[in-house]
Amino acid sequence: MIGQYTRRKVTNYLMLTLCGLATLAAIAILLLVVGYTAVNGLPYLNLEFITQTARPLGEPGGGMRNEIIGTLILVGLASAIGLPVGLLAGSFLAEYGDGRVGTAVRLVADVLTGVPSVVIGIFVYIIMVRSMGTFSALSGGVALAIIMLPIVARTTEEMMRLIPATYREAALALGISRWRTIISVVIPGAMTGIVTGSMLAVARITGETAPLIFTALGNRFGFSGLLNPIAAMPLQIWRYATSAYDTWHQQAWAASFLLVIFVLFINISVRWLTARRYGYTR
Amino acid sequence: MSHETDWERPLEQRAKIVVERLNAWYGPVHAIHDISLTILDRRITAVIGPSGCGKSTLLRCLNRMHEVQPGARAQGEVLLNGENIYASGVDPVTVRRRVGMVFQRPNPFPTMSVFDNVAAGLKLHSLLSRTRFADTVERALRRAALWDEVKDKLKKNGAALSGGQQQRLCIARALAVEPEVLLMDEPASALDPMATLAIEDLMRELVQDTTIVIVTHNMQQAARVSDKTAFLLANAQGAGELIEYGDTPQVFTNPKDERTEAYITGRFG
Repeated sequence: MIGQYTRRKVTNYLMLTLCGLATLAAIAILLLVVGYTAVNGLPYLNLEFITQTARPLGEPGGGMRNEIIGTLILVGLASAIGLPVGLLAGSFLAEYGDGRVGTAVRLVADVLTGVPSVVIGIFVYIIMVRSMGTFSALSGGVALAIIMLPIVARTTEEMMRLIPATYREAALALGISRWRTIISVVIPGAMTGIVTGSMLAVARITGETAPLIFTALGNRFGFSGLLNPIAAMPLQIWRYATSAYDTWHQQAWAASFLLVIFVLFINISVRWLTARRYGYTR
Repeated sequence: MSHETDWERPLEQRAKIVVERLNAWYGPVHAIHDISLTILDRRITAVIGPSGCGKSTLLRCLNRMHEVQPGARAQGEVLLNGENIYASGVDPVTVRRRVGMVFQRPNPFPTMSVFDNVAAGLKLHSLLSRTRFADTVERALRRAALWDEVKDKLKKNGAALSGGQQQRLCIARALAVEPEVLLMDEPASALDPMATLAIEDLMRELVQDTTIVIVTHNMQQAARVSDKTAFLLANAQGAGELIEYGDTPQVFTNPKDERTEAYITGRFG
């Protein structure tokens, strides 16, 4: 009896230690990434970095204004395309997706989530860039929207399915039509979850580099219309980081840190939103 | 063809709903079998019977809510004021505006205020209606005996009320669209005795100008509140059948069928 009890206790401590170590490793990596980019990037992050455009090589100073604006435009463009389509697709899956069509769409969405982003970049390159004859902000936005789409659609579906059937029935029993029930009862109930999923999708595409190489290309001269190449922070980081110049490396670090902060900010906002939601219903 | 007997015929009262040979299924499962009965205008009809006898299914067939569930279907006739609500071309949405429903668990919309909950049936009926609903909302809340308790918190969330208040809010919500018939699926089973009595008093008030059908597990409740009682029992195949239907005092004091007697005296169920 005692032997068995001791063994159980030892096993328990052993497993607990292993779990603790694994958690520690995961957190340590995150802290290392954030810390390393902060140490290397923070010294070069200043007002000039955000408000100034890039200077020619050899001239000190300069910043990433064009790239920051470009990334905001690209993310905005991608959201303008990806969010509505994803929302509608998710609503379809949640409300009418029990048949064969729904199963097929769900499978395609899951596969799309796993497609490497560089492949999506090449796809958009062939479909849009080649046929339009130019790299463009628009094609970059489309590539990022395709990456967003399955994430938004699947989280929207999951969140809408969480709304208890009793609320749908209450609405239907009032003589409210099906589509009105979805819009006025189901979607508002799932709103926090849908917003959370959408923000995570935005965070995900903000740092995407590979699909932009084939589509947005980059642009040293600032925004010049949606049908022309556009600058983007991840692209500039990639170019500066692979260059041979120390000043460019420093700028790449500063831009990396800015990106990490942006993504971190979105993630923390999401945590805050969800925490508020549970505080409100419980 | 019809197996009507004396107790099924309306006496001198007017029929509101006539159910003719109604059958309902959940996928392959036969839930109710050949039920025919007449529900009288401005009376409370109670449907009683043990669990799984098809009470709720019968109720849900009366406003075409049964078919909302995947795989569910119904066959037969349900005549509302003489018109078959299962006739082809009848829009279930229209039927549900005339035959309202209150569920077992209070289910006010959690994203809406008390006011919006009551106005939901009116507001969400069309995109264009820009009418003001204040009068209708107040009237519905008064009829549901809830106005005095919530008149100062109309903007508060409906889910913040007590269980009994939530259920009366759901009744007010159903009343706001002014249905001719109110179906109540065990409306008090999740409530405490005081809230239950409040709901029962309310039903006696409402039946002055509406027709009420209530499903209940609680036989005292059926005896207290209803004018007519229908007793359902599952047959050997598990499908619910109507065993007895008559005036409530008669069903409870002098049942014609021995199975009814066995059930109301508590020998099974």
